[in-house]
Amino acid sequence: MNNLALIATVLIVMALAYQLGLTRSKAVAGSGERLHSRPGYYGVLVALWCGLPALLLFILWSVFEPGIIDLLVFQQLPPEVAAFSEREQQLVMRRIAALAAGQNVADPQDFERLAASQQARLEMLGHLSMLATMSIVAVVGLVVARRHVTPRLRARNHVEKAITALLATCSGVAILTTVGIILSMIGEAMNFFRFVSPVEFFFGTTWNPRFSSSGAGGQGEYGLLPLLWGTLMVSIIALLVAIPLGLMTAIYMAEYAPAWLRSVAKPVIEVLAGIPTIVYGFFALIVIGPFLSGFGELVGLNIRTTSALTAGLVMGIMIIPFVSSLSDDIITQVPKALRDGALGLGATKSETIRQVVLPAALPGIVGAFLLAASRAIGETMIVVLAAGNNPVLHANPFEAVSTITVTIVNQLTGDMDFASPQSLVAFALGLTLFVITLGLNVIALVVVRRYRQQYE
Amino acid sequence: MTTATVAVPKAAPKRETHSSQVKMSTRGVKVFYGDSQALYGIDLDIIENEVIAFIGPSGCGKSTFLRCLNRMNDTITGCRVEGDVTLDGNDIYAPSLDVVLLRAQVGIVFQKPNPFPKSIYENIAYGPRLHGLAKRRAELDEVVESSLQRAGLWGEVKDRLDQPGTSLSGGQQQRLCIARTIAVSPEVILMDEPCSALDPIATAKIEQLIDELSASYTIAMVTHNMQQAARVAHKTAFFHMGDMVEVGDTDKIFTNPRDQRTHDYITGRFG
Repeated sequence: MNNLALIATVLIVMALAYQLGLTRSKAVAGSGERLHSRPGYYGVLVALWCGLPALLLFILWSVFEPGIIDLLVFQQLPPEVAAFSEREQQLVMRRIAALAAGQNVADPQDFERLAASQQARLEMLGHLSMLATMSIVAVVGLVVARRHVTPRLRARNHVEKAITALLATCSGVAILTTVGIILSMIGEAMNFFRFVSPVEFFFGTTWNPRFSSSGAGGQGEYGLLPLLWGTLMVSIIALLVAIPLGLMTAIYMAEYAPAWLRSVAKPVIEVLAGIPTIVYGFFALIVIGPFLSGFGELVGLNIRTTSALTAGLVMGIMIIPFVSSLSDDIITQVPKALRDGALGLGATKSETIRQVVLPAALPGIVGAFLLAASRAIGETMIVVLAAGNNPVLHANPFEAVSTITVTIVNQLTGDMDFASPQSLVAFALGLTLFVITLGLNVIALVVVRRYRQQYE
Repeated sequence: MTTATVAVPKAAPKRETHSSQVKMSTRGVKVFYGDSQALYGIDLDIIENEVIAFIGPSGCGKSTFLRCLNRMNDTITGCRVEGDVTLDGNDIYAPSLDVVLLRAQVGIVFQKPNPFPKSIYENIAYGPRLHGLAKRRAELDEVVESSLQRAGLWGEVKDRLDQPGTSLSGGQQQRLCIARTIAVSPEVILMDEPCSALDPIATAKIEQLIDELSASYTIAMVTHNMQQAARVAHKTAFFHMGDMVEVGDTDKIFTNPRDQRTHDYITGRFG
């Protein structure tokens, strides 16, 4: 029985248990006593008692069984295997597992065949004993719970607790995943820092990770600054595009646009946020880049087709909706009383907006800018295609640059070896990026929250 | 008892008005919000340096009428005003009229205090700056001080002019808003239930202020509180279902109304 069928079976059994609990509680109620809860709650409670422990057992079993079986099989292997290096041992175990699963393996050795048949036997045994234990647990749970269906049992409260636990588990999964990702990044970044000192990484001005294929001549130089500078340059250009355009769009939408225009234009602007970034990327590469380059020739500037300017410009267009949509919401939230106050003193509409509405909305708008900035800093595809991948420290926006995200892509595509600094550096870069965007997000959220409190 | 008798509370004796010049005048003012009509032709004269109170049940159109007097209704989409409104004989709905200048002449104070999220000083200085009323910083300081003094707030805030206007108490905020309105030296001040968000002590201060201000300004106020109307207004106008039922001297409206509806309203409240 495979695991999917097993879970389906448990659910069917739970449905049966629900019915049993329901009929049982109705029978109890029929005998004249008043039940504490509605009969359905007793059904649910019996089903939970029947299914939950079995499912829990299944999860624990699935987690620990492979490790235990591996250990048992490994102990049966001939002593010379124990002398192998760690990597060779892993290889042997993988071959045995493949054999046990009935797959073909290049010239299997006798001891491997033996171990494989033993592993298959152990797995069979484990599976059967798991089924047996689960059945026993389910039946015991069912019987015990069914016997507990009495008028005094507060089934509703128990079910309520079970629901709380379920919800808490779900949010726990989300949080734990985040924590897990961060921890694994920190762990791998630490591995990287065994090769390259943090000082060298954070303050180095040269980025030149020699790939192992180009000879064993040293491990390369990993200076973050050219990448950080490239990231900042592209993001600043993007913000220079997005902030004025987005903010003015927001002001027009919130204050001037008639209702029908607003209801049409707002969704259209927000479509910009839905365009896949790879599409923006080749738009930049094929349309904007050559255009800028041609424009540069016209006015006597040397603009490269793939440059910080190209990437920044297109990224700016991409984040316009982040700025305009959030700012629009915040401007709309400024109380009408403030506008009336200024208008009542004889201010014109634009004076009111510039001198009263925008200052009142400023913290929120700054929050919107910061969110857009963190979006720009983390953006990948546009810069991969349009920034030119040139990790050199320079201040010319018309030249190609490279960013942190592009470099992560470069370090992790192709042949990977997670024991070399060439790949591990991606984690250090990822962590840096994460800390930057997290910082921006936290500041933005704090600022936005402070603004909200002001008018509640 | 057949005659309407309302206990008019003893208040500071109202300043007698001497001039009887008409400051603002409305003829046949009708207001529509989209398809629904809110006012059905209001004829009213507002006399210079008098305080006139608009009373009436909720939704009777008194606030709408008040907002017609400095065209604040322009800011509401779908609102349409018909009829004539004049200020010193000039039509304020004339196409040639600059609404910005009109609002400098006819200031408005709202129901809820709405100080700008700026310092106390900046709140007052905002209007004068807008209209270029003060050439130099010293002049501006003077305007701020005199406005706050007239609003009776100077003593309370003179040491913290740089603090945000929102840090004041509700009553102080409302007096700040009045000072802000005074600072552009209007001729008429409109007040839309200026005390409804305030406690009795703050209310008493505002009422006293209104009485003092009526020496130099013409004041039209909406109020739900009939005792307040009786205490501060020279004239009272009773609105009902989009019509102005009657207008007259406050004492007369409260003691001897001509119309049965007025009588029912003022007695119903004081039972």
